[in-house]
Amino acid sequence: MSDLRELYQEVIFDHNRRPRNFGKLASANRTAEGFNALCGDRLTLYLEIADDKIHNVMFEGSGCAISTASASLLTETLKGKSLEEAEALFQGFHKMVTEDDAPVPEGMGKLTVLAGVREFPARVKCATLSWHTLQAALHGEHAPVSTE
Amino acid sequence: MKSTAQEVSAVTAAATALDVARVRADFPILQTRVHGKPLAYLDNAATCQKPRAVIECESRYYETLNANIHRGVHDLSQRATDAYEAARSKTRQFLNARSDKEIVFTRGTTESINLVAQSYGRANLRAGDEVIVSTMEHHSNIVPWQMICEQTGAVLRVVPITDEGELDLEAYRGMLGARTKIVAIAHVSNVLGTINPVREMIAQAHAAGAVVLVDGAQSAPHLVVDMQALDCDFFALSSHKLYGPTGIGVLYGKQALLEAMPPYQGGGSMISRVSFAKTTYAPVPQKFEAGTPHIAGTIAFGAALDYVNSVGLDAIAAHEHSLLDYATQRAQSVPGLRIIGTARAKVGVFSFVVDGIHAHDLGTILDHEGVAIRAGHHCAMPLMERYGVAATARASFAAYNTREEVDALFNGIERARKLFGRAN
Repeated sequence: MSDLRELYQEVIFDHNRRPRNFGKLASANRTAEGFNALCGDRLTLYLEIADDKIHNVMFEGSGCAISTASASLLTETLKGKSLEEAEALFQGFHKMVTEDDAPVPEGMGKLTVLAGVREFPARVKCATLSWHTLQAALHGEHAPVSTE
Repeated sequence: MKSTAQEVSAVTAAATALDVARVRADFPILQTRVHGKPLAYLDNAATCQKPRAVIECESRYYETLNANIHRGVHDLSQRATDAYEAARSKTRQFLNARSDKEIVFTRGTTESINLVAQSYGRANLRAGDEVIVSTMEHHSNIVPWQMICEQTGAVLRVVPITDEGELDLEAYRGMLGARTKIVAIAHVSNVLGTINPVREMIAQAHAAGAVVLVDGAQSAPHLVVDMQALDCDFFALSSHKLYGPTGIGVLYGKQALLEAMPPYQGGGSMISRVSFAKTTYAPVPQKFEAGTPHIAGTIAFGAALDYVNSVGLDAIAAHEHSLLDYATQRAQSVPGLRIIGTARAKVGVFSFVVDGIHAHDLGTILDHEGVAIRAGHHCAMPLMERYGVAATARASFAAYNTREEVDALFNGIERARKLFGRAN
């Protein structure tokens, strides 16, 4: 049986209460929106990218604890990463929260606090919204992203 | 003529005691355990559970009666047709319609509303005409009207609501006029639980020359609805919220209106004579029932109506209302809990938000306590916007729910508050 505490770890509560890099990034040259209409989770991701590197990243929006914490952790993790590293993190994160039996990929750092989401299929979309929004921002897609 | 509030208090006072233990024994699914806890199913406004009589009726149909209806000369087909039409008669009685011809079977409330919008609306709306809905409508009573307004140039107008979740009736009266052609209004709000005073609203709309569709998806399971007393022109409901199968709904329409309306879908069963030069249509209600319907489900819906009648809708309403009162009272002692929808006349729908805890997090935590609630926008995004919330949590009660289940709900809320650091 899945344990609530595996989903709701202290780090998640912390990021939910005090989301990091929260707000509009004036120097952003890429933005994308994520919107899960059924939940009402909504976020805008701002990225400042130069020389294939993410120099800065911030987000705004509102949502449940899982989606807010996931977005907050995403911003912390991505700052300073190359686009290649960001792509690898996206793939790893996706694997971590969707593949039930696979081991948690290496190099995920503090993102591993979200590994418990895999036991809660209804909440995977909450955890992945910011990551799919990142993909849209990196690939220049303009329609709002949904993971529902 | 009694007001809605008086009717509700009369129902509450009647309180023909409902034997919950006996009712619960009729619903096999209530034995289910979720995450090791007994299931407390409080998501009845989304869909309610089915009594054994309904489940068995549907399987018995396939075991003993299955044949297509309205076309066979063989005995089985005739018996299937009789059973299907008997369900229509039961529905007519349940709604106190004048004739079986006024009962059209559809796939659900959504299809019933789309049928009226596309058939009556297309035939009668012109550019500049007005259709009135309200802020508290379900998407299924908004989008079909937006679509037909787009197609015809008619204009959608929206009755505002008060903070308590009651319709602004003065604004409504002000909107009614020569341009008003259709009023489409929820009898009961699926989010707020508000019982709207539809009888008065229908009379006022008629005085302005408009027809009225009542979305009865959330009222038919909880209130005695009487088509002749309400005098509505159309009434839509779903079987699955009324202890019956999914995929079945009802459109009640006044016979003269239905007869004047063009068909909604073409196909078998809805015709009188087909030739390539000219096809003539079957009389109502068959004109609106193209194709082979969900025969087994319709017959089982009839069994659901028998079940509701045997328990008694008044007793069900009184029971649900006592659970609502209990939940409302318990909510007073939960810091940071805000009830969304505090109208004077309500059914057993309890929507709420808790400071600092998103409805989806609440939903997950309650699920772990075995408590099934709905969390989200409840297909009423304009209403969420009205209250400035992205989502609410909603518990909604049915005949088989108990005070212990309401306690389980509040224990779960307390658990969530502790987890989120909102309680000691």
